[in-house]
Amino acid sequence: MMAKYGKTVGALALTGAMLALGACGGGSDTGAQTTPGGQGGGAIKVGLITKTETNPFFVKMKQGAEQEAKAKGAELMSAAGKFDGDNASQVTAIENMVAAGVKGILITPSDTKAIVPAIEKARRQGVLVIALDTPTDPQSAVDALFATNNFQAGVLIGKYAAAANAGKQLKIATLDLAPGITVGVLRHNGFLSGLGVPGITQDTKEQATDPRVVCSQDTAGDQAKGQTAMENCLQKDPGINLVYTINEPAALGAWTALKAAGKDKDVMIVSVDGGCTGVKAIQEGKIAATSQQYPLKMATQGVDAVVSYAQSGTKASGYVDTGTTLITAKPVPGVESKDVQYGLQNCWG
Amino acid sequence: MTEPVLAARGLVKRYGHVTALDGADFELLPGEVLAVIGDNGAGKTTLIKALTGAIVPDEGEILLDGRPVSFRSPLEARRAGIETVYQELAVAPALDIASNLFLGRERRRKGVLGSVLRMLDKPGMRAEAARHMQDLKIGIRSLTQPVENLSGGQRQGVAVARAAAWARHVVIMDEPTAALGVKESAQVLDLIRRVRDRGLPVVLISHNMPHVFEIADRIHIQRLGRRVAVVKPGDHAMSEVVAIMTGALRVDERDRTVVVDTQAAQAAGVSGEQGPKGTA
Amino acid sequence: MTAPTIAPPERSAATAIRQRLLTGSVVGPLVALLIACAFFATQTDRFLTGGNLSLIIQQVMVVGTLAIGQTLIILTAGIDLANGAIMAFGTIVMTKLAVESGLPPLLAVLAGLAVCTAFGLANGLLVTRVPLPPFIVTLGMLNIAFALTHLYSDEQTVTGLPPELTALGNTFAIGDTQVTYGSVVTIALFLLFAYLLGQTAWGKHVYAVGNNAEAARLTGIRTNRVLLGVYATAGLVYGIAGLLLVARTGVGDPQAGQTDNLDSITAVVLGGTSLFGGRGLILGTLIGALIVGVIRNGLQLIGVPSIYQILITGILVILAVTVDQISRRRVK
Repeated sequence: MMAKYGKTVGALALTGAMLALGACGGGSDTGAQTTPGGQGGGAIKVGLITKTETNPFFVKMKQGAEQEAKAKGAELMSAAGKFDGDNASQVTAIENMVAAGVKGILITPSDTKAIVPAIEKARRQGVLVIALDTPTDPQSAVDALFATNNFQAGVLIGKYAAAANAGKQLKIATLDLAPGITVGVLRHNGFLSGLGVPGITQDTKEQATDPRVVCSQDTAGDQAKGQTAMENCLQKDPGINLVYTINEPAALGAWTALKAAGKDKDVMIVSVDGGCTGVKAIQEGKIAATSQQYPLKMATQGVDAVVSYAQSGTKASGYVDTGTTLITAKPVPGVESKDVQYGLQNCWG
Repeated sequence: MTEPVLAARGLVKRYGHVTALDGADFELLPGEVLAVIGDNGAGKTTLIKALTGAIVPDEGEILLDGRPVSFRSPLEARRAGIETVYQELAVAPALDIASNLFLGRERRRKGVLGSVLRMLDKPGMRAEAARHMQDLKIGIRSLTQPVENLSGGQRQGVAVARAAAWARHVVIMDEPTAALGVKESAQVLDLIRRVRDRGLPVVLISHNMPHVFEIADRIHIQRLGRRVAVVKPGDHAMSEVVAIMTGALRVDERDRTVVVDTQAAQAAGVSGEQGPKGTA
Repeated sequence: MTAPTIAPPERSAATAIRQRLLTGSVVGPLVALLIACAFFATQTDRFLTGGNLSLIIQQVMVVGTLAIGQTLIILTAGIDLANGAIMAFGTIVMTKLAVESGLPPLLAVLAGLAVCTAFGLANGLLVTRVPLPPFIVTLGMLNIAFALTHLYSDEQTVTGLPPELTALGNTFAIGDTQVTYGSVVTIALFLLFAYLLGQTAWGKHVYAVGNNAEAARLTGIRTNRVLLGVYATAGLVYGIAGLLLVARTGVGDPQAGQTDNLDSITAVVLGGTSLFGGRGLILGTLIGALIVGVIRNGLQLIGVPSIYQILITGILVILAVTVDQISRRRVK
């Protein structure tokens, strides 16, 4: 454009860029293509890729990984997507970590299918990949999965709700995650299975339903969206008396809506997660029960697995359940649970 | 009488309830600078837009070299050889001088480079632009600098040079000195003179009476959507022309001024050559 | 009396150089890129390797290609918020048609490109014919394309793609370095558009429309036709970006591209193109995209959490726009 000058600058820019990259390319090719074993000296590098930076669950996970890495003399590199579902950023992070020479990568996949090719590529270069919290699809795409059994987490609160409301005609609202996300489907289906809906298993891919479920809305696990969803559900059927929520922020949103409608005392909310805010909400009587999960444990065990792979070459494999516990202030007979005190000691966030 | 290069008869243009042109006539003679003056809202700009295809008049006809024409876009007027320099310095500031001169009329390289690869003939256009600038004695250090680096007068110079380069019949300039200082205005007036001296008639729309009187061969006075008079600068004083423009005087069939509004005429300090018995 | 000529203004050489540096040049972005490269090279010996640099290009090719379309639109003083969403829809169309409808891969790709071009054309028609501001049009189209992507994909990631769809993800060797064909496509697109913008009348018209649309119209340029062409071309380029994305990730992902609109604007701005339209160079955008890629990769290699990449990018964007503003003010 800018005639002569622009052309010169354009050409200059291009040559500059090429030179920059070309000069860079002159070095010996020890980066992306080397196997982790080939790296000389230095601490063992462990990569942690979470779905987002800001969710307290992942913050806790990162803390756990950092502490464990320090304890084991390893170096932790971390990265995250920009939003839940951001596959591209996770792929880029895997590539960069492999280039940085990590021994193993711990990842909470944002898109369980889309991340698979990148994981396979990393594994082909000798990197141990462990999925934390969320399984890949297929699960066998990673070496190992350290996670909460989300279906089981749902079953726990489903059983609790069934026992606590025995003999009552239930009208249920489910405040779910987002369409197509496995975790959401597993928790939802586990909850219904725990309630006694027949024919649902871990392997049921579709979000199950039941005549008693009068309203299902997606909340993306967000408090404001949870509140809106609950308001809409109450419009649809004011007689709702049991609310399942994907997590505690959604549960607190639902509680706010119920309180505004004057129904907070009559409607039971059950949830999954066991974050500190959630456990406090149980203490305050806003949420009846939650299935607590343990991100810190996932990260700690993950870092250990990578370090042990680096030292002995043994790869972790298969599924490791990092456990779930039902937390409630009002236990019901026949359903095993822990009290708020225990919940607060072990919560995250 | 010489045939006008560009003429219009009974142009009407309405915008809703507003009548911008109310049967306006117009005549531009070969080789002259015709100034078009008028108060705000007199329809000067609308008249010019109609002549240059920027608007289509509701009624009336436009004649170019005696032949009726009707322009539906500025492009059509331009193709007919009418070039316009618009008030708001109609150049693309970030483009260089040569690009601006050839904007919309770019020249491609010869051969495959041009026909298949559509490559511009930049050296050719630059050389030609230099020649045009030279012709009008517009001194500019480099034709490859963006127009925005130029002074206001130089930018106007580029716009005038573009018009002069492409006009085959008429160059129309809308307030070319409005945004300029004294020195730069003088330079642009000189430029207008040089364009005329090359044989191109120029229509100059201006508010600036001294400029009009300095350069115009004839003055077209527009009032309330019509042409109310055409005068020669030598025949009337500037104050009389202003009085005609505002409606205090009018010009009769024998080119004499007649007082229409005594008070306004007195306020303006003019009197008709032949006052009427009773004022309207 | 000698005829007064319009003389060149008195300007010092320094002023001239400063103006040149500030207006529409890529020197600033290029220096920033080189500084970033030099910095990371001193921090880790893993940065300056062919493999790593090839990786960076791969990582910026999708956003970089989207940014080509974004540059065209920004040069016309517009903005495109929908490009990532249009691309995502294109990828779902390509992959679903190829995998589930059993269309030959080439036809599936063409269908995806056509859909993206149609979206661009629709944007262009709304901007020129109604007319509506590009911000609003593309904001609406962002939501429409996003919703269609999720409806059509049924929220399912499309896997099991035929090899033709991911062919651009294959590599060839330059020395020891593996380079993907997709990277070559991206660079070639940048060069093509650098040529079209710099050396053809169409390019001049794009700049003129963004610079002073009324002046462009009055010189006889059919500004609406130019705008329509720009939006449709941008749509086609988004389709190509979609193909590159499919090749890179090996899947059709309905969640893809959600921040790519802003990321592509970031690349354009870092490359020195003015958001006010009419000035900037497409090669600047390539450099802008590379700056983001180099910082992301470099920080990762030296173990800095990725949130700092976002922080630094934010600072650079504000710097770039500041330089643009100051240069415009100086010129005025």
